This record gives sequence, C-alpha cells and structure tokens, in this order.
Amino acid sequence: MSLLTLLAGVHIFKKALIDIKYRIVGIDLLVSIAVIAAFIIGDYFEAAAVTYLFTIGHILEKNSLEKTRSALKTLMDLKPTTGRRLNENVEEIIPFNQIKPGDVLLVKPGEKIPVDGIILEGEVYIDEQMMTGESMPVFKQVNEIVYGSTLLQSGYIKMKTTHVGEETTLSRIIHMVEEAQDKKAKTEKFMDTFSKYYTPVIVLFAIIMSVVTKDIRLAVTILVIACPGALVIATPVSFVAGIGNAAKKGILFKGGDSIERLSKTSMVFFDKTGTLTEGRPVVTRFKSYGLDEDEVLRIAAIGESYSEHPLSKAIIDYAVKHGLDINDKPTDPNMIIGKGITFRYNNSKYSIGNDTWIKANDIVQKDIHTFMDLGLSTILLADEYSVLGIFGIEDQIRHHSKSMILELRTLGIKKTMMLTGDNERVAKAVSESINIDDYRASIFPEEKAEIIKQHAGEHTLFVGDGINDAIALTYADASVAIGGFGKDLAMETADVVLMSEDISKLPEAIRISRKVKSNMVQNITFALLVVLVLMTGVLFKKVSMSIGMLVHELSVLLVLLNAMRLLKYNLGGQHGKGHKRY
Amino acid sequence: MEKTVLQLETLTCPSCVRRIEGTLSKTAGVSNATVKFNASKVEVEHESGIDKGHITDIVTKLGYKVLSTK
Repeated sequence: MSLLTLLAGVHIFKKALIDIKYRIVGIDLLVSIAVIAAFIIGDYFEAAAVTYLFTIGHILEKNSLEKTRSALKTLMDLKPTTGRRLNENVEEIIPFNQIKPGDVLLVKPGEKIPVDGIILEGEVYIDEQMMTGESMPVFKQVNEIVYGSTLLQSGYIKMKTTHVGEETTLSRIIHMVEEAQDKKAKTEKFMDTFSKYYTPVIVLFAIIMSVVTKDIRLAVTILVIACPGALVIATPVSFVAGIGNAAKKGILFKGGDSIERLSKTSMVFFDKTGTLTEGRPVVTRFKSYGLDEDEVLRIAAIGESYSEHPLSKAIIDYAVKHGLDINDKPTDPNMIIGKGITFRYNNSKYSIGNDTWIKANDIVQKDIHTFMDLGLSTILLADEYSVLGIFGIEDQIRHHSKSMILELRTLGIKKTMMLTGDNERVAKAVSESINIDDYRASIFPEEKAEIIKQHAGEHTLFVGDGINDAIALTYADASVAIGGFGKDLAMETADVVLMSEDISKLPEAIRISRKVKSNMVQNITFALLVVLVLMTGVLFKKVSMSIGMLVHELSVLLVLLNAMRLLKYNLGGQHGKGHKRY
Repeated sequence: MEKTVLQLETLTCPSCVRRIEGTLSKTAGVSNATVKFNASKVEVEHESGIDKGHITDIVTKLGYKVLSTK
C-alpha cells in the first residue's frame, strides 16, 4: 500500500520539485511535504488518503473546469468542415481550410455557409442565431454580406469568398471571447495577490506551530489545508462561465472587468439614431407648394444624388418608390456641411436642406411645425424665390425600445437619458413615445462626453451603435455597442457588444452581469468560510490530514459546480420571449 | 523575434501558470512567456533560432500535454 501511495504521488512530487526550483509555494509542494512527513511519522493511512484524494479531486476538477469553459468549444465546433466550390460551373467539395478569398462557393438549403463572403446570386433566409442570438432568420440578397458558420435555411446562393481562416467574423468572435476570459477583473487581481501571500504565511504559521507545540502532525495538517484552491478559482470560473453563456446569446463581454462594471450600472445614457431608432430614415410625409408633387420630388432626389447623408438617401428612396426617373444629374452641386446642398438643374438654381438654413414663409413654417411635432426631421427644397416642398423624415423607433426602458426601470436603474444631435422637437417626440426619463437635444458628439462627466457620481453606462460615439464611450464607466455583428469599430471600443440590433438584449446583459457578480461573491464567501472552518478545526484538532484534504477538494468542486449554474442560466425564459434554451 | 502559441490540455490550477511561465522565461532565447489560464494556452516570444519543438518539449516535460502548436 505504501508503495502504491508513493507511485500515485510521483506526479505530485515531480511538480513539487519544479516548484522548488522556481521558488513557487504551490499546493503540490505542500501536499508533498505533508505526505512525506506522514510517512516519516508512520501514518501510512493518512499519507495514502491524502495522495488519493488529491489525485481524484484533480481529475474531477479538470472535468468540471472543462465544462465551465465549454461555451468556447461550442463556438469553435460551429465551424463547418467543407465547402462547395464552383469551378467553371463544376461543383467540387473541398476541405474548409482550402477555401481561398475570391473563390466562388455554392451553398444549398440546410447547409452552413463555410466562410464570410458576398452574395453573387440568390435570395435566401439565413439563421444567424448562433452568432447574434437572434432567433428570426434574416433575409439576404445579392451584394449583401454573409457570415461563415451561419445556416442557410431556404433558397440557395452563389457567393464570393472575402474572408477565410482567422479573418472570418466567427474566428474573430472566438478570439475575443478567448481574450475576454483571460482578462483579469479587479476582484481577480486582488484574489491573486491575496493567495500569493496567504500560502507562505500559512507555511510560516505551520513551522511556528511545529516549533511551539512540537506537534508535527498538527503542523503538517495545516500545510494540507494551506492552499486556497477554492479561493483562487472562485472568481475566474464565474467569469468564464458567464462570458461563455452570454456569448451564446449574442452578448460579448470584453472581460471580467466589463462584467463587474456593467453590474453596477445605475444610470444609462443612450445615443438616439441607430440605437433607440432603426437608423434607417424613411420619408413618411411630403408636401409640395405650387409645382406638381412628382416634379418637386424628382428635383429633390436629383439634387441629393451625390450626397451620402442618410436623410438624402431617404429622399432618393422615396422618389424611386414613386417610380420617378431620377437618372438626371444636377450641375454645380455644392455641399454645405450641416446645412444642405445648392445645385442647378434645367437652368434653375435650387437649394435643399434644413429649416434653419432655408427660410420659409409663415404657411410653410406652420406645416414644418406640424411635421416636427410628429417627431419627424424636416428637409426643404426651394428655388430662388420660395419653398417648393417639405419632406418629413422618420427614423423608426426600434420595436423593443419602449419595453427595454421599462425593463431597465424594473431592474432598478435610477435614470435613463437620451443624447442626440437632433433638434428639440424630434428628441421630445421620440423620448415621450418610449417613455425615457430625460433627453438632451441638439448636442455635438463632444458635448455628450461633457454631460456624462457631470454624472460622474453615478455608475454610468453609455449605449450606442458604435458610430461617432467614441468620446462618449470612454467617459462612461461602462459602454455597450449594439449591432456589432460585422462592425469592427463597435467590437473594438465597447465593454460589451450586442451582436444583433435587438435592444432588448441590453437588460439581459445587465442581468447576466449581476448574476455573474453574485455567483462570484457566493464563491468567494464560501471559499473563505471553508478556509476559516478548516483552520479552526485543525487548531482544535478536530480535522485530520485526510479530512482536511477531502474538504479542500470538495470545496473546489462545489465552487466549480456553483459556477456551472451560470452556463445553464437562461434569462430568455424569465420574461418569456421564447428564446431557445441552452 | 518569433511567437509560438501552444494549446494545452485544460489547466486546472493557477499555480500551473507560474510553473510554466517560470520555466519558459528562464529558457535561453525566450524573451517572454504568457500563460492564458482559462484558454489553456501558452504564448511564447522567442528568438527565431529556437525550434518550436524545443518549446513543446519543455512544456511536455513539466507534465502538460501539448495539443497543438502554432
């Protein structure tokens, strides 16, 4: 039996020797000393029990740890193994890693899209749930981007490969999750430092005890329980499991630190366009003065033809929808930033732009105000003499914006505020319709940061779509970017990235962060308690070496099991939106 | 300067981190070694002269199975 014990202990002793070489006081060294000491004092049973318990405990720990990290593996397993390449209309199935940028691939219904690319032919419904957490399939057509590992539900496509291997969106998500899992949070750093000092202090304590009491057995038992196994593992396992769970729901946390900061949020700032609203403005009202309606619309669209502004695009789309021929080009177009465009067409001079720049008479003014009260942005078209038409453009409010604000309130968020560059009337209309606490209108991006700074006492969170929010993002305590799927900038800057544009994921992210935080606190409290109880037990000679080891290993396993609850934690079920259970 | 990334079997104890980092950073030609505990990965920055196999050997000898090397 003693021989067997020694054999089982060889791997522990080996690690202990390496540790001595690098002056690391780890558990292997402590256990080795304890086992050897038990041998010397002739307590073979204790020596064997400690060795076996330690070894078995280790195997169990490894299995459980693998489980807490399993989310990442699920993401990796999403990668398809083959692709169907088209070579002069001949199909050939090639291994995934042989697909190159520029390759034309064919994807049939029920198949996974192998890599990132652009649709050349076909209209399809794609299930992107594995990456965005969005359960509704997405419709895509020619020239739209498709992502590797998403599932083609119906239809077929011919696609041109753009990104392969490590460059695909899925690979980058995996890389981000991996980085996030190893990014240490404040609590974790603290625990690391704590455990670094804790162990040597206990060893010293054991030595003192052995000298003072001359009780080798007592001193050695102290050594066995000296390694704060559960304590060290308490924080990282909760974070890893939480980050993994969230990733499967399309919520990417950038690390334990991000989780901690998000969990404290008490005040939330929102960007308007693209965050609370769809960010895809459409003309919903139009009125012309004097000229024929279609003619006014046609001139406006022609005038806007060189502009990239979303509002310009809305007017062009509106004209196209009315079947107007807008292929003519304006002459002498001149863009005036923040105001509008002047141009010539058919020997007349026109301007198209906002109402502060183009002067309108009282009748038109009244119509403009009616539009504004509806929450519409207005664009005016005028010739040299008078206004010819006004456009009321609406950026539709996202479906879940209102319920999301309500949910934040039930989560105990003290205040919500919308920050927008839009004018007062539009801002007021939007904020009233979603019931947000407060808003600031007509502000520049840099002023957003100022407003956030004024609330430095609160735990501030800024939510934006990642476009021109960079300054605001850095001044808030935590930041969330929505619709980050495929958007590099958003993925880089924010603490938390919601892959889909579903804003209802925000309360979910906050809830996960709180759940993870409390799981971590439970783990730490439990681990500390175990150490305390063990130490007391040992000092009063109620705990033997083997029992000490048993409790030590059990406590590590319990901490792991507790963290594993986070993997199964499903927030979707709580508010019954029919999310898939994982 | 070259970078080698080793994927290890699941790392279970945080003291593994110090053990591997300690050993590798004292290896001649290695300028930096970082262990990612949760990802069970080792990132080694070293002179181009060092064979990747050599690094794998060192880690294997410490008692950690190397699953893949990049």
